[in-house]
Parts: sequence; C-alpha cells; structure tokens
Amino acid sequence: MDRLLRIMAGFFLLFLIQKSFAAETQIIKIAYITQEQKIPAALSNLDAFVQHKGMTGAEMAIAENNITGQFTGQKFELRKIIVPVAADIVQVFNQQLSDDTVFIISNLPAEQLKQLTDLDSARISISEKLFFDATTIDDSLRNEQCAKNTLHMLPSRAMRADALAQYMMKKRWNKWFLVTGMTEADQHYSMAIKRAAKRFGIKIVEEKQWTHTYDARRTAQSDVPVFTQGIDYDVLVLADEQGLFGEYFDYRTWIPRPVIGTQGLVPTSWHRAHEQWGAVQIQNRFKVQAGRWMEEEDYGAYLAVRSIGEAAVRTQSNQMQTIKNYLLGDEFALQGYKGNPLSFRSWNGQLRQPVLLAAARSLVAVAPIEGFLHPKTELDTLGFDQSESTCMKTSTDNNLIPPVTTVEENTSEGGSKFQKLKQLIINKFQSFEWK
Amino acid sequence: MKQVILGAGLITAMLGSIVQAETVFVTLEKDNALAVIDPIAGKLLKTVEIGQRPRGLTLSPDNKYLYVATSDDNTVKIIDTETYEEVGRLPSGEDPETFALNPAGDRLYVSNEDDNLVTVIDIPNKKEIAQIKVGVEPEGIAVSPDNQWVISASETTNMIHWIDTKTNAIVENTLVDPRPRAASFTADSTQLWATSEIAGTLMILDVKTRQIIKKIRLDIQGVSADKIQPVGVVIDNERRWGYVAIGPANRVAVINAQTFEIEKFLLVGQRVWNLAFSPDQKRLYTTNGRSNDISIIDLENHKVTKSVAVGRFPWGVVSKP
Repeated sequence: MDRLLRIMAGFFLLFLIQKSFAAETQIIKIAYITQEQKIPAALSNLDAFVQHKGMTGAEMAIAENNITGQFTGQKFELRKIIVPVAADIVQVFNQQLSDDTVFIISNLPAEQLKQLTDLDSARISISEKLFFDATTIDDSLRNEQCAKNTLHMLPSRAMRADALAQYMMKKRWNKWFLVTGMTEADQHYSMAIKRAAKRFGIKIVEEKQWTHTYDARRTAQSDVPVFTQGIDYDVLVLADEQGLFGEYFDYRTWIPRPVIGTQGLVPTSWHRAHEQWGAVQIQNRFKVQAGRWMEEEDYGAYLAVRSIGEAAVRTQSNQMQTIKNYLLGDEFALQGYKGNPLSFRSWNGQLRQPVLLAAARSLVAVAPIEGFLHPKTELDTLGFDQSESTCMKTSTDNNLIPPVTTVEENTSEGGSKFQKLKQLIINKFQSFEWK
Repeated sequence: MKQVILGAGLITAMLGSIVQAETVFVTLEKDNALAVIDPIAGKLLKTVEIGQRPRGLTLSPDNKYLYVATSDDNTVKIIDTETYEEVGRLPSGEDPETFALNPAGDRLYVSNEDDNLVTVIDIPNKKEIAQIKVGVEPEGIAVSPDNQWVISASETTNMIHWIDTKTNAIVENTLVDPRPRAASFTADSTQLWATSEIAGTLMILDVKTRQIIKKIRLDIQGVSADKIQPVGVVIDNERRWGYVAIGPANRVAVINAQTFEIEKFLLVGQRVWNLAFSPDQKRLYTTNGRSNDISIIDLENHKVTKSVAVGRFPWGVVSKP
C-alpha cells in the first residue's frame, strides 16, 4: 500500500510538473568527446579500421531520446568534440566545455579520461560535470583510481574474465593455459583472468608470454605448436587485446584445445551474433544508420546517452545532481537489449549488465551463468562486488552513493520512503529555480 | 411425411452444429504458414502456406476473414476463414508485427516498429488514412471495446500512448515500466492491463485517469528473475480472471482481476508468448514459440489439459466459433 501511495504521489508530481512546463521545452545538453586515433597495427585486413567508433551509437540514442522528448517537452542536444591526434585534451576541454554542458560522454583512453575527471574545472565549477565513460574497460578506473563524477558503461576486464570463468566452471574446463602479450593492456587483461581464476577455483597450470615476432603469418604454423607443446590443460586463454597474435592459436596448438579470452570465445558487452531480447531491432537500426555492425564502443555510447534520456524523462530534470541521484538510485532500470534491466553499481559507478560470450558467428552463452548466486542480484557475481571494491576506501571524496540512500539507512522503512519522496520534491524544486 | 421432413430438419440442424465446431488459427513464424487446429479433438487439421514470417493475426467481427501480418512481405493479408484463400492485402507499412482491429471491424491500427509509427488503415477501402508518430519501437497495440481509445506501447520510450480514435491524435502519454510489450483493455473499457518485459511486471492502468493504479511483480519461486519476461495478457469478459504469458518462464500467471492477487502459475510449453480465449471463454490457448506447440488450458479448473504440436515458432493465436 505504501508503495502504491508512493507511486501515485510520484506520478502526481510528474503530472504537476508536466502541466506547468507544458509550454516551454527543457534542453538537456550532452557533449561527446573523443580523440582522433592513429590507425593501429592489425593482424589482418579482414576488418577495416573504423574511425570514430561510438559516435553513431550516441547519435542513435539522441534521436531516440528526442522521440521520447516530444512527449515530455524535452530536447536533447549532442555536441561532438573531436580532438586532433596531437592536441592537448585538457586544453580542448577547458576551451570548449567550460559552459553549461554538464553531461560528458567520453570515448577516450583511461589516462586521458582520468585527466579530465580530475580537473578542478570539471569538479568544482558551477557547471560540475558528470562523465559517462563509454569505452574503457579499465579496472583501476573503477577501483583505486575511481572518480565520483564518472559512470562506466562497458563491463570492466574483471567482469569479462569472471563471465568466462563462470562458463568454464559450468563446462568443467578448469585447467587454464594463459598466454599474455607484450602490451600494458595485455598485462591488465591477464591480471583480470588470474583474479577470476582465483575467485572461481580455476587452476592456471601454465603461464607464458608471447614474445615472438608479430608477423605471425610466417611463424604461426611453426611457433604455436612448439610454444604450446608439453603442457596439459583444458583451455588456452589469450590476453592479446590489440589482436596482434591471438588469432593464430586456434587449430594450431599442440593438443586439440579450445581458445578463449581476447580471441576464440570472447566475453563482450555486444556482438553481432546477439539477437535475443529485441537485439535484432537495434542491430538493424544501427546497420541502416552506420552501414556496419554495432561495436562495443557504439553500445557504450548508446547506453550512456540513453541513460541520460531515461533519467531526464523520469525526473523531468536537466540538472546534474538530480540526474545523477536518479541514475544511482534504486528506481533506475535501463533497457539494454540483454534481458535484465541495467543499473549502476553505487560503489563504483559501473553499469551492471550481462556479459555475452560469443564465438565469431554464434552467441555461446550469456553470463551470469545459471547457478552463480548472489544475495542482491546475480549480475553482481561479475566484477568487483561492493565488499571487494577499493573505490570507497582509498579516495576521500568518493561518495558515489546519493545522499538519499544514506538517509535511508538510518530510518525506519516508512520514514525512508518519506525521505525519498521529500528528496524527490526538493530535487524538483531545485530544478525549478535553476532554470 | 411431415414427420420425416421434421426429422430431416433436426438432423441437418445437428449436422450444422457439428460443422460449426470451434477452430483455432495459429501463425507459424518460421514455417511461413497458418496452422488450423480443432481444439476439442486437440488435433492439427491443416497447415496452410501464407507468406513470409507471419506474426500478428486477428479475426473480423463476422469471423469471415483473418487478418495476418506477414512481416517480411511488408503487408497484412486478408484470408478467407473457410477456404484459406488470400482475398486481399492491406497497406500496413514496413515490417508489420502487431495490430488491433476496432470493434466495428473497419479500422486496423498497425505498429510499425522500425519507423516509430502507428498506421491507421481503412479496411473497406484498403487504404492508409493516417500515420501517428509514437515512441521508439512501438509494439503492443489495443483498441478499447467502447472504441474511444487506441493505445500503443513503445518498448524503448517506455510509454503507453493514448490515441483518440476520433482524431487519430495522441492525447496523453503514460510513462510505464521498461520495455512494455503487450496490453489489453478489460471488456468494460475501464482498465488497461499492460506487461513490462524488463521489469517483469503487470501494470493495471485506470482508463479515466490514464495512470497506473497497480503493479504486480510476477515473481515465481525457483525461477530466476531474468526469465520473468511477461508478454501476452488477456482478461475475461466478467473481469474475474486475467492471464499473463511469461515467455521463457514457460508459465501463464492466473490473476484475480478483482483483488489483483496472483492465484497460480500454470506450466505450459517453452517461451509462451501470446494468448487467446475460446469464444465461450471456457478455454485459453497459448502459443509456445520454442516447443513448437500450443497449450490448451481448461479455465473452469485452471488446468492445462492438452498440448498440440503445430509447427515451427507458433506466434499469434485466435479462435473462431
């Protein structure tokens, strides 16, 4: 009954606000920032390099937000900022984003994103920003280096490795042979794999670094069998994020074993083989618009802009704090075409989501795998759970949890609901004054 | 002699009633066909080729015609229910999936999921008369029995759009739980029941205020939450019971339509999607997409009595007296 009352009160409030603002349109300003990339070395010419992956995802989501916006009197604006290869990202940010645009979608590597989120001009200016990290999978950004003004859209390396481990547990393929590449990213991936192995009781029976020449066309046939000889394992796990050698392991190992990790069976947030839960529709929409398949970066940017849309529509606000509170609150549920509703982990700003396990042309499984249980939500069996997170512990001002939740802990059940409603009302009125 | 004629008349009358036994029609999405079923005998009578990827279907009020959305043909076909011949086509717009017929049977409202539109078709003239812009990915659609409202549920915008049938314009939009799928009006047009696939809820909306008056979470013990994806919903004419198909949970929820309590869950085939009553509302038919059959539920005892194999990916279902 209480819940019903609350829902009704909420709707009444929405109704009132809708009425009073029916005439004027509320503008929600979003910026998308990315840097031109040098074309990286690649193993093959099969997949053409796509400059500005992610942009189409953001554009599609803006269009969808605006379709909804026509019914709620809201308009979503997307400003795209493409920083040239050599330019200083901080300088560009300060020049172009010191205005009242508060929602920033980032398609930047971890180090650059960290530079921006730490800027005083992003944190304490009147136009305090909320960053949506659409593309990194970095674990440290979600732990010891976490920033309270950042939400992460894609599953971290830890979440991906846990997804793999869960499926391998189910298959009882629990002796792993781990092969790691030379880059820093490969080391990070490798660390996530080891963490997952430990977490799920999987044994890493052998660990090797791939140091051979990268022109594997010459070396694959001879090097890979020798490299993998004399080891008894169930699956070979690759940590080669850039794809410099990984593709050459399948079918070339000394003993017949499946390949998983960055190649072979890959854990990912999105894949072209995924078509359940309405995914076919978004895959088609995307292909029509972009002329190519949707990639993870596009999915991340799409979800970021859709999150803002969902929060702005439900709260009827364009204010950073109101939107942020809603996004981190219990009510937020984003449709991400993966079955479960998606929401944010309040302790580190990571978007909770299923992780797809995909082979080149088929979707093999979706983690969390059935049977892996969690007291709150099975989605939290993937990645750093609240108790494991180092996000809150190390940073002093990293209170990601909105104030409403803190109040709730100290009050009775009925009181907390009242508080929540009160907070909701306060938020609404703040947004009135600031308009 | 007179007695003989009377007797003959009686026999014809009896024969007539036998001939008029109930027929159930099911679209088979992957077989490009229509299955014709005798639900009393529990037998598949016939499978008729019908067009590419048939999904939504409905009967004309006089039961003479079936309207079938053949999605990959981008049309709604009109099928004679006696001969199963195609007698016409309606301009549905692209990729029609679901649609609703008005009570008079002269207007068809089609959801065009990819174009974010509802297309209004004048059936006698086979002409499109209006296109209404709705939210992203419109799917569930229903006309109120009093013919005042058409509602369209948009899956990504998360709204129920209330369209006035007189003006073909949206009057109001209600924000609902994420990914609303199907919706049905009660027979008295006072309530709208809508399902949310992602939140796993059934929402009851009051038609007068167009607001949600009750939300029911369809949790099932022993079934993980991500399998609770409610889709089809129907309510009986007396508003005693409502029924919700819960997709991959392979169950139909039986809901007391007065108290909104969940009475029980009935185990049916796999990925149960759409529902239809028998004309006398004594039975309920379910299409089970993954197990390729329909389940027949006896509504007096709320028991599943039969399942009938029908073909690949049964999608929509209707029943003709």
